[in-house]
Amino acid sequence: MLEALQYEFMRNALAAGLLASVICGIMGTLVVVNRIVFLSGGIAHAAYGGIGLSFFFGWPYLVGTLGFSFTAAMVMAAVSLKAKHRADTIIGVIWATGMACGIILLDLTPGYNVDLMSYLFGSILTVPGSDLWIMLVVGVLIAGFVIWFYQDLLAISYDEEFARIRGVPIRALYFGLIGMLAVTIVMVIQVVGLILVIALLTIPPFIVEKYAKSLFQMMLGSSLLGAVFTISGLWLSYAFNLTSGASIILVAGFAFFLYYFVDRLIMGRRRHSKSVRTANRQHSTRA
Amino acid sequence: MEDSIVELKDVWFAYNGQTVLEEVSLDIRQGDFIAMIGPNGGGKTTLLKLMLGLLKPDRGSIRVLGDSTEKASYHIGYVSQDVHINRSFPITAVDVVLMGKLEPSKRWGRSSPQNRQEALAALERMEVNAFADRKIGELSGGQRQRVFIARALVTQPKLLLLDEPTASIDAKGQAEFYRTLKALNKDITILVVSHDLVAISTYVKSVACVNKQLHYHHQAEITGEMLEEMYPCTDEEVCPVELIAHGLPHRVLKHHQD
Repeated sequence: MLEALQYEFMRNALAAGLLASVICGIMGTLVVVNRIVFLSGGIAHAAYGGIGLSFFFGWPYLVGTLGFSFTAAMVMAAVSLKAKHRADTIIGVIWATGMACGIILLDLTPGYNVDLMSYLFGSILTVPGSDLWIMLVVGVLIAGFVIWFYQDLLAISYDEEFARIRGVPIRALYFGLIGMLAVTIVMVIQVVGLILVIALLTIPPFIVEKYAKSLFQMMLGSSLLGAVFTISGLWLSYAFNLTSGASIILVAGFAFFLYYFVDRLIMGRRRHSKSVRTANRQHSTRA
Repeated sequence: MEDSIVELKDVWFAYNGQTVLEEVSLDIRQGDFIAMIGPNGGGKTTLLKLMLGLLKPDRGSIRVLGDSTEKASYHIGYVSQDVHINRSFPITAVDVVLMGKLEPSKRWGRSSPQNRQEALAALERMEVNAFADRKIGELSGGQRQRVFIARALVTQPKLLLLDEPTASIDAKGQAEFYRTLKALNKDITILVVSHDLVAISTYVKSVACVNKQLHYHHQAEITGEMLEEMYPCTDEEVCPVELIAHGLPHRVLKHHQD
């Protein structure tokens, strides 16, 4: 790994991966505890529409994607606040149509033949230094947002009804949260691709949730775990000449299933020993 | 002592065109300990949510401490029916209680040692301070219930609304629980939604029966006929079973003596 770091593109890739881990660790924690994974997937895929728009009209990449995703995210947020039980359906519709729009717009753009695969798995090995700076700014913005509204976000995530009675501005905060999520997803997709965004948003927080005693611990743990996945995935991709984004995702996925399996095993054993103990106790009292 | 805390006047409410509450008037006075009974779907929880300003009445007025619900509902401590909410959430019992100290207008100094002391004191008052640093999901339903009441207490409420608080507590724990509530009632007005009239009868000062309409009985006294009136036996026929199962005589509540 150390010898790999002599190349600038590897250093950039590592920095991008670590930044993405921290950003996704913070936002992913909020995504998992608020159960808005599906909504995040919706935003990520609808971003395709923005990519199409950017190419078709010749706008800068960020203007198109950010604008489109942000708008789609706000619609999704409004729907999920208004008609909760219908929200997943409508998110699904926006998800699909946004993606289709993007592909049709790319078809209609003369002279362009963009490889959409690169948006799926990203191009972490070709991240320019300027993108790193943008990610850093986004990371700082997100950290600031979460620190400033930490208690309120905690309250609406844990018990929305109680937060409302305490006078927390639920709607504004929810829109703020989803807006931040849209910005996160668009920024990180550009660097590590759509699939890795979803993986980093969900897998580390899910594993950490059980051991964390506060949202803050969960964010911290998720960021660290994401960083571990990123570093080991990058090393594997370097050592065995594999696609870097997919390697990171596979490491994370492997850790997830390993955790799940071991956790089940431990839980099963605990339950088993407990039932044995109660059986013994019943037996001894009867005797 | 006899100040009005919540005043409902001719309140009507409908869900999707179905009338849930009609002509409800109620005056909750300071120091009262009200048991709210009635069949499922009779509108009890809806009534609580109206008082809290979470729902708006279609007709009629609701005043909390003489003010509108938006302005004054934070004087009400609310403990919802659902204690199983978000069990895997990464939060400790004391942090749940600290949520009661949330004041959106005040950004800083929330996690002050003072607030933490207050939260611990509230947990102690509910006799669950031993679990302060445990994750909320690791506690039993009854312990969680007490943590939620502690959270309501740190908001320094004028009125405590409890929605079926004993649903997840066993019979022995229930008596203990009601004794705790009775002790709290020395300072705080309490309204408890309950199915189990027998268990609660010796602790309350008055009874409100809710089934679309509301009947308030100042004396803690309720007759079998009254129960029948409140649990109308339609085709579902659940009520007689409940009456028999509870072994209710004609008078189910003793006179309140204190």
